[in-house]
Amino acid sequence: MADAILEVFRGNQEAGGAKQYTVPIAPGMVVLDALHYIQGHLEPDLAVRWNCKAGKCGSCSAEVNGRPRLTCKTRMDSLPTDKPITVYPMKSFPVIKDLVTDVSWNYRVNKKIPPFTPKPKTDWKMYQEDVDRVQEFRKCIECFLCQNVCHVVRDHHKKEEFGGPRFFVRVAGLEMHPLDNVSRAKLLKDELGIGYCNITKCCTEVCPEEIKITDNAIIPLKERVVDEFYDPLLKLVRKIRGSGSV
Amino acid sequence: MTNQTKYETHEHDVLIIGAGGAGLRAAIEALSAGARVAVVSKSLLGKAHTVMAEGGIAAAMANVDKADSWRTHFRDTMRGGKLLNNWRMAQLHAQESPDRVRELEQWGALFDRTSDGDILQRAFGGHTFKRLCHVGDRTGLEMIRTLQDRGVQMGFDVFMECTIIRLLTDGSRVVGAFGYWREQGRFVVLKAKAVVMATGGIGKAWPITSNSWECTGDGMTLAYEAGADLLDMEFVQFHPTGMVWPPGVQGLLVTEAVRGEGGVLRNKLGERFMEKYDPKRMELSTRDLVARSIYTEVKEGRGSEHGGAFLDISHKPPEYVKQKLPSMYHQFKELADVDITKGPMEVGPTCHYMMGGIRVEAETAASSLPGLFAAGEAAAGLHGANRLGGNSLSDLVVFGRRAGLAAAAFAAKAPAGATDSAQIAGSERDMLAPFERGEGEGPYSVHRDLQKVMQNLVGIFRTEEDLTTALAELEKLKQRANQVRVEGSRLFNPGWHLSRDLKSMLTVSEAVARSALARKESRGAHSRIDYPKQDEPVWGRQHNLVTRDGDGMKLQQVPVQSMPDELKELVAEEK
Repeated sequence: MADAILEVFRGNQEAGGAKQYTVPIAPGMVVLDALHYIQGHLEPDLAVRWNCKAGKCGSCSAEVNGRPRLTCKTRMDSLPTDKPITVYPMKSFPVIKDLVTDVSWNYRVNKKIPPFTPKPKTDWKMYQEDVDRVQEFRKCIECFLCQNVCHVVRDHHKKEEFGGPRFFVRVAGLEMHPLDNVSRAKLLKDELGIGYCNITKCCTEVCPEEIKITDNAIIPLKERVVDEFYDPLLKLVRKIRGSGSV
Repeated sequence: MTNQTKYETHEHDVLIIGAGGAGLRAAIEALSAGARVAVVSKSLLGKAHTVMAEGGIAAAMANVDKADSWRTHFRDTMRGGKLLNNWRMAQLHAQESPDRVRELEQWGALFDRTSDGDILQRAFGGHTFKRLCHVGDRTGLEMIRTLQDRGVQMGFDVFMECTIIRLLTDGSRVVGAFGYWREQGRFVVLKAKAVVMATGGIGKAWPITSNSWECTGDGMTLAYEAGADLLDMEFVQFHPTGMVWPPGVQGLLVTEAVRGEGGVLRNKLGERFMEKYDPKRMELSTRDLVARSIYTEVKEGRGSEHGGAFLDISHKPPEYVKQKLPSMYHQFKELADVDITKGPMEVGPTCHYMMGGIRVEAETAASSLPGLFAAGEAAAGLHGANRLGGNSLSDLVVFGRRAGLAAAAFAAKAPAGATDSAQIAGSERDMLAPFERGEGEGPYSVHRDLQKVMQNLVGIFRTEEDLTTALAELEKLKQRANQVRVEGSRLFNPGWHLSRDLKSMLTVSEAVARSALARKESRGAHSRIDYPKQDEPVWGRQHNLVTRDGDGMKLQQVPVQSMPDELKELVAEEK
């Protein structure tokens, strides 16, 4: 059986570098299998997060050959074998150790978002066609790959004034819930800084759940913010018609 | 008490260990009751094994089949569990799960809908009616996200990536826990007036499992070590359909919803073999029976190329398959190069769920130790000898809620307990010992050998000879585990983490093997080749109970609680 060479980042925020490991390849193997091989046979203290190994929990995010990926869904046979496969931690988050990063910022952003608030006296009837688009957003597994690639975070380090694609998806899921009754437009504008997004769609490209983050979540939310804050006439019309949907 | 100041210390009314569905639901309820609540989780919040639950949550809402009621759900659960269930738990579960589902919806969960705008329900094995509320095949994710966001908004303290290594006791009462931060390796003392154990299952003791690395039986072991009773430990569910190929995904779950949506099982001869084993219910028979059937087909030479059976849903329209089973579609396409809209999946049994666990009271989820409660997979009772699909997610919310409520009530009345510095010091010493050993093997090889023992000797079919051998092997593995050496530092060190998890896995493995050896009959998920029949007069009337006796494990039998007559009639009724 053939071997692969993995070049894995070892170290922490202060110090570290790449280290190479030779790993035997098995059919259908994914990068996370290779990392587990390293842990189990070569270096037991290699730090890597993972849980389900099935693309459902979003724990094992890393940058494989420079591309942000879930390592559990990245097949070894999809990668060139003539050079080492590089595995680095997500760049936008501080490294704790090896491939494990400090993603606590995401949890802090999440706390800012007002929860689902149902309309009073609802009968809880909802139809599939009304929930379809929200269910798309609720597929999110919080792998934070979209946060990692977003240039507002990655290059401009605006973590304090920006929420990031993951949380636009979450807000979209609440705002477009057929029975939700509060507006999060002010939050989007002032605290989550949706205006910083210039719709380059990097987030959509890396989403392992194939959520159309930019088209289906961010753009409608931007429109909502515009409606609410910059178009008084439309705001009035919507108020009269009693419709909250975009 | 002097050295306690050296540890980071937190104090709460209720401490919840585990942040899956049961733990989060318990936390929400304890918060609602006014308690100060902390939730500890080995992983990041929202990654617990509940996210892997696919098919749905069972609740007799009667949205699709109007004839459904809690009585039918109760009867299905009891029959599925071969009447070894705690009847009162099964009754509460069947009665309360519809409210728990509605509550999830009111907190923002969005289930698939019927054409009338209600929550849609699908068929599942062992359920008489279409009963599983679902979101495609990612119901667990929907549930955990809903509970997580609710809890965060209500304001619990979350201790993420923190492992508990010992319950602290004051006399027999549980007064907190001692653990360490996985990130830095620092120790932490969590004082609490009541503790809820919601740590999930034990699947990682087997190599072919649908469970994540977290499922190492920690909660059952911690409770056992502190003196609590473990019940029904021989009943380990092997889910009939895990992936068998390629090797890296072996054991990964293929949801029962595939069969619920009409998927059929065939052997390599193309025979729909469930006709032989359960002609009435076919593919939607109970999990224990379907798992044994697949195993038997393979063993007798009618298996697929990689030692499984074929599960086929490709007779349904491709769009329907992609809509109802999206994650299965992607899982097979991306990991196995199989398009399930065009051809069959290869599947085989995978270690999936622990019916046994911490013995609890039905109403309160209280364990046999004052101040300790347990819910979800860590607790025993609801499922008896075999769990029906969909009854796990409902278990989490029904008994998670009850545990949170009872723990908060206990905490409100209980005085603060005293933690014992000797317990803490001893635990710290044990935890750090692997760093101090100059030589010795690492924990990974011991774990691999444990998995081999459990797979080969304590699997779907069991014999006295195998189980006796397994116990001898486990004894040797315990010695090895006590001598493992860990390399590197305490900073996020998976080898070190495993050295502790290994001890939990060995404890629960021993409890499983001892209980399995004692139960000389076949019932539900426990199949003895040497005792193939169900033995009602003897084993239909008793449970195996495991307790700690000094350094040894004690096994005894306790009677099955008798049901009220009206419920007996209900269960006996033919339909």
